[in-house]
Amino acid sequence: MASGVLIFAEQRDGKLRKVDFELLNIGKQIADKVGGGLSAVLAGKGIEGLAANLGKAGAQKVFVSDGDLFALYSTEGYAAAVAAAVKQADPAVLLFGTTAMGKDLAPRVAAKLGVGVASDCTKVEVEGGRVLATRPVYSGKCYIKVELTGTPQIIAIRPNTYPVAAEAGGSAQVVKVDAGVTADKLKAKTTNVVKTGEGKIELTEAEKIVSGGRGMKDKANFKLLEDLAAVIRAAVGASRAAVDSGYAPIDIQVGQTGKVVNPSLYMAFGISGAIQHLAGMRTSKIIVAVNKDPEAPIFQKADYGIVDDLFKVVPVMTEEFKKLLAE
Amino acid sequence: MKVLVCMKQTPDTEATIKITGDGKGIEEQNIKWVMSPYDEYAVEEAIRIKEKQGGETVVVSMGPDRCVEAMRTALAMGMDRGIHCSDPAFVGSDALATAKILAAAIKKENPDLVLCGRQAIDFDQAQVPAFVAELLGLPQVFMVAKLELKDGKAVCNRRIEGGEEIVEASLPAVLTCDKGLNEPRYASLPGIMKAKKKEVKKFGLADSGLSADQVGAGGAKVKVIQYLPLPERPPGKVFKGEDTAEMVKKVVRLLRDEAKVI
Repeated sequence: MASGVLIFAEQRDGKLRKVDFELLNIGKQIADKVGGGLSAVLAGKGIEGLAANLGKAGAQKVFVSDGDLFALYSTEGYAAAVAAAVKQADPAVLLFGTTAMGKDLAPRVAAKLGVGVASDCTKVEVEGGRVLATRPVYSGKCYIKVELTGTPQIIAIRPNTYPVAAEAGGSAQVVKVDAGVTADKLKAKTTNVVKTGEGKIELTEAEKIVSGGRGMKDKANFKLLEDLAAVIRAAVGASRAAVDSGYAPIDIQVGQTGKVVNPSLYMAFGISGAIQHLAGMRTSKIIVAVNKDPEAPIFQKADYGIVDDLFKVVPVMTEEFKKLLAE
Repeated sequence: MKVLVCMKQTPDTEATIKITGDGKGIEEQNIKWVMSPYDEYAVEEAIRIKEKQGGETVVVSMGPDRCVEAMRTALAMGMDRGIHCSDPAFVGSDALATAKILAAAIKKENPDLVLCGRQAIDFDQAQVPAFVAELLGLPQVFMVAKLELKDGKAVCNRRIEGGEEIVEASLPAVLTCDKGLNEPRYASLPGIMKAKKKEVKKFGLADSGLSADQVGAGGAKVKVIQYLPLPERPPGKVFKGEDTAEMVKKVVRLLRDEAKVI
């Protein structure tokens, strides 16, 4: 009978992602309640060594598909690898992170296995041995709680929802998996990966985000936010208004038509707080708003706010953070 | 080339969402229904492909009768005809059941390319396209921000964390469209007039070849137990009318001492 939890451990360029360790944490909690062990599935090229890192963070077994076919992500190749691991591990629960890869992969795996998926969940509970998942819907205006019939129960979890698993010093047994797929069978192949965000903190994984809106007035003014972000180690985001006005590139847009972020601290400068923007950041734990318009809707969602000109506020704030962090 | 678009009608982004008294759904009266914004990118792309290389464009949607209005918008923008998947047995379908119905309709049309929006902005699941692709044995590329069709292949730029993946998919393929792919046009007045006469064919359970227990609420693998309102957020501390430096100092201190995030 199916038992335990299997997590999909995403790697890119041979590096595991932060969300993998978040999944190991919540995966362990679920496994303790539904019974059974905690394992991980990993696909890539020359990545077997990563199993040790997953083992230290609690994975007892790591199912590995290693080879040229998995060097770059492909939906069909990775879905076959995960499905093969599911066959061997027979988990009650299968977890993914809501990342570009997870979003593409989780429903394809579900389709292969003939089960459903709870996408982009922000809370997971176990009741009577079954998992209940809660997720935002309607641009984050309410939540739904869902249950999944069928096995495994596939749940994708929004990054930054749970803390990363503590290192427990365990070691994982590596189980090699034959995904049963060859290159000529793949109908879609990644031919290249173009990097644009090298050295930058990824918005969806960021603990802190400093975001600018229409009030930034010009592309060059984003430098002010970058300086502030550098001091507190934050990623820089932008609202749709800022992106559409050409002040910021589309890959840092936060909101319904951009990225969904979930940081501990979200600071909005010159952002009015349209529904579209809130849809992308309202689960942030602490929200700070700076806007010279006291009627801006963002103030209704903010934990802390300053009604003032952001061009006066940002430089002072950067200096204050510097002082504080030097204490 | 024959391009098929899967489209969903959703509440407008600005719509106020109220949960029903029993917590089992939302109150649908007073909601303005629109084509899900991401689907507009799919419709626009389909029309551009036809403008460039000829062929046919078909929009497929599943939902109650009101969803024909959103299909008319797609037809007014320039798509050729519509297929409305509608049957009492379909009510309550989850993503997998919906995909089975759409896949059945798509199979009969045999298109060269299937375009969807990145996600529908009601449930934001982004699942149906993957289910459709798997059911039809087709490749999928999610979140396409740039598309080029050449030599029987779709060359897609797909946005990922910190960059883009370039993915080549053989046709037919299922692609989901993201912001940046194009700038959707508005329907013109003549377009709106023409759309009224364009064919929208019904596609019911019998047409799908599926049995009633494979679709609808009975066939659902994901069951919604309850709708929950947003947790109350205590009113924030908003400073105004003071010296800038004073206000900034207060907030910075609060972020460390009270919020403990710095």
